[in-house]
Amino acid sequence: MKYALLIYSKPGSHEALPEDEYKEVFGEYAALVDDSRCIASGQLQPVETATTVRVQDGRTLTTDGPFADTKEVFGGYYVFEADNLDEAIELAGRIPAARLGGAVEVRPVVEH
Amino acid sequence: MVASLVGFLGDFDLAEEAAQEAFAIAAERWPERGVPDNPAGWLIATARNRAIDRIRRQRTLEAKTRLLDVPEVTVDEIDDAVIGDERLELIFTCCHPALAMEAQVALTLRALGGLTTEEIARAFILSEETMKRRLSRAKAKIKATGIPFAVPADHLLPDRVDAVLAVIYLIYNEGYSGRIDLAAEAIRLGQLLAELMPDEPEVHGLLALMLIHHARHRARFARSELVLLEEQDRSLWDMKALAKGREALDRAIALYGGGPYVLQAAIASLQAEDEIDWDEVAQLYCRLEALTGSPVVELNRAVAIAQAGELAAALDIVERLDLDDYQYLHSTRAGLLQRLGRGEEARASYERALKLATSEPERRFLQRRIAEL
Repeated sequence: MKYALLIYSKPGSHEALPEDEYKEVFGEYAALVDDSRCIASGQLQPVETATTVRVQDGRTLTTDGPFADTKEVFGGYYVFEADNLDEAIELAGRIPAARLGGAVEVRPVVEH
Repeated sequence: MVASLVGFLGDFDLAEEAAQEAFAIAAERWPERGVPDNPAGWLIATARNRAIDRIRRQRTLEAKTRLLDVPEVTVDEIDDAVIGDERLELIFTCCHPALAMEAQVALTLRALGGLTTEEIARAFILSEETMKRRLSRAKAKIKATGIPFAVPADHLLPDRVDAVLAVIYLIYNEGYSGRIDLAAEAIRLGQLLAELMPDEPEVHGLLALMLIHHARHRARFARSELVLLEEQDRSLWDMKALAKGREALDRAIALYGGGPYVLQAAIASLQAEDEIDWDEVAQLYCRLEALTGSPVVELNRAVAIAQAGELAAALDIVERLDLDDYQYLHSTRAGLLQRLGRGEEARASYERALKLATSEPERRFLQRRIAEL
């Protein structure tokens, strides 16, 4: 099955790390991309860059900022091929944001 | 039987339907043609074949077509090991932490306890419709998210065993409120688990704890009034359940168990002695507090210390606890103050407890205490 691992990190949590730790954490993210089960991944620019778009009565409404105003912000994702939810949970547990005050949401991807 | 079928089919609903069909066929055929040599094997083989038929009919569902390659099963291939042994996998699926706790409880009762949806609904004082939705949402999540039908890997096992024990203990504690005897059901589940995981001390610890508590439950109320442990009529205790509980506790201790359930069972066992060794009870609460960090455990330790005769030391502990909204903190404090001859303070504490009490027998109990002051 394919699982999307959606990364919600605590703003500033990664930047606040001392340089050597920051490098280590960065390496952990990269290692997950290199895992043979990783199908896709993406890191987003900081939430300050977000623009939200809605269409109402044919008019496009554009606003500054993210859609949801939450403490943790959506910062990136992985898509993994895994045998079952336990394997996906294990991979999610390796994502540094999960232990740095953030959380990872695991969602199976619809397959056709 | 359902467990074995879920393992084979990877689908709860399908397994349940197939099992029902197999029973229906058996009810029709066995009276005419006689019961087969291996009835359980016959039922499983029949259910499997029925399920495969069903899948063939619904072959639009792509994911299930892998089953089409499975050859028809004959009765000879089914032995008892296949039948019994997948219940453990089923327990871990039902008690997967990705499911809501209430869903874990309902699924466990349905799939392993064999309770009907209507019975589970009644036990939790919910409508059958609500319970049906809860169960089908849980089954849908199992399927959609790929919750495995497997015993977790070794490094995940301790956490996952804890999750299973928490579900069973929750069922036990719901025990006496509804019309279905969930406490007895929880004990049956505990026995099953102890059979399936004979080397896990906490499994035996939980079973011991439930059995020892259960042994005393008839004595806890007299004419629907709450009776304290020391005033209980011991002739009402179920001595067989108590002995079985102690047997399970011995087994847990022989396995070097010292987890929270084993400690609680050991405390319950000591409290069922004719002469209670309160010093030892207090020591066990101390170990339990070190494991759990729970102020409620600390409160219980204070009670044990008071019973051992050290009222002032007990009161010191109680005064330190941050449990202001907890009824039993105030009733315990009141009892200590009363015994220390501080009647007015005791009255204020009993009244605070009375304000927090929700059950009628407990309210009446507290009112009696206030009247005695």
